[in-house]
Amino acid sequence: MKRESIVPAACAAVTYTVLCHPHHHTVFIVLTDGPGNKDDITRSKNEGKELSKEEKQRLRKQKKQQKKQKERKNEKSETEKEKTPVSLLPPPRPVATQKAPSALPAPASAPIPVPASAPFHSSPAPSPADKPAKSKAELKAERRARQETDRAAKQPGSSSSGIKTKVPLSELNPVVKRLPEHVQVDDPAVVKRLAKKLERQQIPLRSDYGYKVSLFSHLHQYSRKAPLTQQLSIPSTVIHPSIVRLGLQYSQGIVAGSNARSVALLHAFKQVIRDYTTPPNEELSRDLVNKLKPYISFLNQCRPLSASMGNAIKYIKKEISNIPSQCKEEEAKTKLLTCIDRYIEEKIVLAAKAISKYAIEKISDGDVILVYGCSSLVNNILCEAFEKSRKFRVIVVDSRPRLEGREALRRLVQRGISCTYVLISALSYILPEVSKVFLGAHALLANGYVMSRVGTSQIALVARTFNVPVLVCCETYKFCEKVQTDSFVSNELDDPDDLMVTRKGKTQLENWQDVSSLGLLNLVYDVTPPDFVDLVITDLGMIPCTSVPVVLRVKNLDQ
Amino acid sequence: MGQLVNSDNRMPGADKEADLTERIEAFLADLKRGGCGTGPIRGSGETARETTALLRKVTAQARWSSAGDLMEIIRKEGRRMTAAQPSETTVGNMVLRVLKIIREEYARSRGSSEETDQQESLHKLLTSGGLSEENFRQHFVHLKANVIEAINELLTELDGTTDNIAMQALEHIHSNEVIMTVGRSRTVEAFLKDAARKRKFHVIVAECAPFCQGHEMATNLSKASIETTVIADAAIFAVMSRVNKVIIGTQTVLANGGLRAVNGTHTVALAARHHSTPLIVCAPMFKLSPQFPNEEDTFHKFVSPHEVLPFTEGEILSKVNVHCPVFDYVPPELITLFISNIGGNAPSYIYRLMSELYHPEDHDL
Repeated sequence: MKRESIVPAACAAVTYTVLCHPHHHTVFIVLTDGPGNKDDITRSKNEGKELSKEEKQRLRKQKKQQKKQKERKNEKSETEKEKTPVSLLPPPRPVATQKAPSALPAPASAPIPVPASAPFHSSPAPSPADKPAKSKAELKAERRARQETDRAAKQPGSSSSGIKTKVPLSELNPVVKRLPEHVQVDDPAVVKRLAKKLERQQIPLRSDYGYKVSLFSHLHQYSRKAPLTQQLSIPSTVIHPSIVRLGLQYSQGIVAGSNARSVALLHAFKQVIRDYTTPPNEELSRDLVNKLKPYISFLNQCRPLSASMGNAIKYIKKEISNIPSQCKEEEAKTKLLTCIDRYIEEKIVLAAKAISKYAIEKISDGDVILVYGCSSLVNNILCEAFEKSRKFRVIVVDSRPRLEGREALRRLVQRGISCTYVLISALSYILPEVSKVFLGAHALLANGYVMSRVGTSQIALVARTFNVPVLVCCETYKFCEKVQTDSFVSNELDDPDDLMVTRKGKTQLENWQDVSSLGLLNLVYDVTPPDFVDLVITDLGMIPCTSVPVVLRVKNLDQ
Repeated sequence: MGQLVNSDNRMPGADKEADLTERIEAFLADLKRGGCGTGPIRGSGETARETTALLRKVTAQARWSSAGDLMEIIRKEGRRMTAAQPSETTVGNMVLRVLKIIREEYARSRGSSEETDQQESLHKLLTSGGLSEENFRQHFVHLKANVIEAINELLTELDGTTDNIAMQALEHIHSNEVIMTVGRSRTVEAFLKDAARKRKFHVIVAECAPFCQGHEMATNLSKASIETTVIADAAIFAVMSRVNKVIIGTQTVLANGGLRAVNGTHTVALAARHHSTPLIVCAPMFKLSPQFPNEEDTFHKFVSPHEVLPFTEGEILSKVNVHCPVFDYVPPELITLFISNIGGNAPSYIYRLMSELYHPEDHDL
């Protein structure tokens, strides 16, 4: 894992890049030149617009340096608390696992903070000549000493502006993730940064809709009636049409369900790769990744990415960047297409077969199985079990406002399985009849919690009370390294208008926007604690909920 | 045996009887119609008042000479009324209350203390050695007037139940609380509105599908300037970790301290217990019923499954079973406190309250 930071004070314009090896926990500090001189040479091969971007960044950097020099002159006498710079690059770009050289320069970084304390002698001009004189170890020691003083100076006050302060890097656990943007909506600085980034990528920014419940003011809440595609200009040259279509399908709920969304995403990316041509003087491996970034931002604006989509994107980016540079374009493209096909085949289709095989062992004749909502995996399992002539009946539990259970009901009834249908409020009534509960998952978190459609945790809770076993079925590609303990910090808010209902010609909540103290909350996900889940069935076998980090570790070692 | 002139009614005797029968029939029809699932056409309080008023009329106009006769008449009418809508237990409860009033007035008229045959105790069973010799055959002149006066007192009590409960609100709600409630209960609405006059808090209402009565509750509360949020039933557990108290109403309080409440309440109670959140039930005393929840078949009530799976899903409708239960049973272990018009009680105390309100011989009408 790599971290970049711009450390202020003495060598103001020098960029230190801190590399941390995830397993050995050693810290390397690599010096680079001033604002990307080396990169100018590589970048000079670029197209016109990229060069201007770089130029703009350089101009910005120079401006900041000038500002810093001015401020340093003003505040030299005061002991001001120093703000350690924020090293975040605005996500939702997933954590970079790329090799070092491709990510060395720090272009779109956070503003360079104002340095402060008296002990530092400020050198107004960048002095690259100083660097060779100091050795790595000395610099490391110097930096550490500076950070100690910074932290000491920071104690008396706290930052009031929107810039976040971070503990000095040497103190941090190197695998702490950056906070994704979509859970920081209440921070105006982050929102502004996102807006700037989207502007650069020429993607419209989607605005929030309706009154947000105060507990969730850090999340986005969009209206389905205002899809992002309406704000796109026609024709849109930045975003590939199949991505636009995909974004619309996501935001309108036409493609829903974590497997469906991932497969649709991968197919769209296949189309993008087919239509892609490498511009002259560019490498496919780097340029294609950069082309994908605005698409991912766009899709994220349409609907926040799911964990499975995130993993798929990570995989694609890795595959793309692993393409050797001497590979011809056609060959590279076919290679990528086969990679994607293989990913879908392995991680989704074959995984489903493996999970069905394990799960069918758990279904016996005479069982009454309860399922919730529409999980493609669970439906698959039930259909296969029925084909293998197991005798069971199914109870489908559904909930407003999505009512996805009706889709599952249709599919099961079509196969000839005898079904019962209830709403989630009738759960206590129907559970005494049930012998097993099968649940699908949206993601499995590293602390063993199951993130799934809202209502799943309730089902697991009541099932536990009635001593009914709860089995969660989840493919391994949905495992993610996040940890979460409640359903508040990271969630998705759906269109609040969905909660309205018209009964007997009257819609009670019709004018909910007019009433200032009334809010509607339409959550999409919730987390189920691992003590409610008895077994998780994955393509690697049947594991308890708490073994998820083990699987993740094994996967990481494989990769 | 002449009829006592009743100042309420100046019509001659036969018409009086017809009028009474007509009123009873109208009431029964209302009860039968009211069980359509969205809740009775009137709330339980009004049903209780109507029942009591009707019973007062029966006492006033029917022909009876002794307390035993009156009790027989009331029992007969009571059986008819409870048969019309078995799930509306307030009707049966009021009948039992009136029977208890009659017994008390009879005992007072006879001069014996009210404590004599209150309940069956082991001691009494052993010493009495046989049926009680009380057969209510004596005739007392002022019995009718006394009974009617006592029923009037009961009616006044019924009128004030909601206010009595609402008055206790400030003892239980502090500022900046997050309170969760389920569906729609007039008692809880009055309770929260009363507390909102002095304190600021936030209410989360679970909408309670398929009838979605929570929506009406939320609009009423927000009009009283209470910060309200409506959530879907599925989000109850997700949101429960931020809730300080759960305050619910109920349809019936059972004899063991359990509840028969609107469906979804059991989930709320389990989630509250998981997060160690107190569960407070606001229920007036006329909802206390001497039934026990041990008959699975007769406990539940179902309404048209059209609410759950509409007829527009026609192709699959014939091949699936759809259930739409109306009530949920909540065991007494999950309940922290009952707030009623006579104060706060623990669920373990309910059986005592029952003995004060109803006579054990009346429990089966």
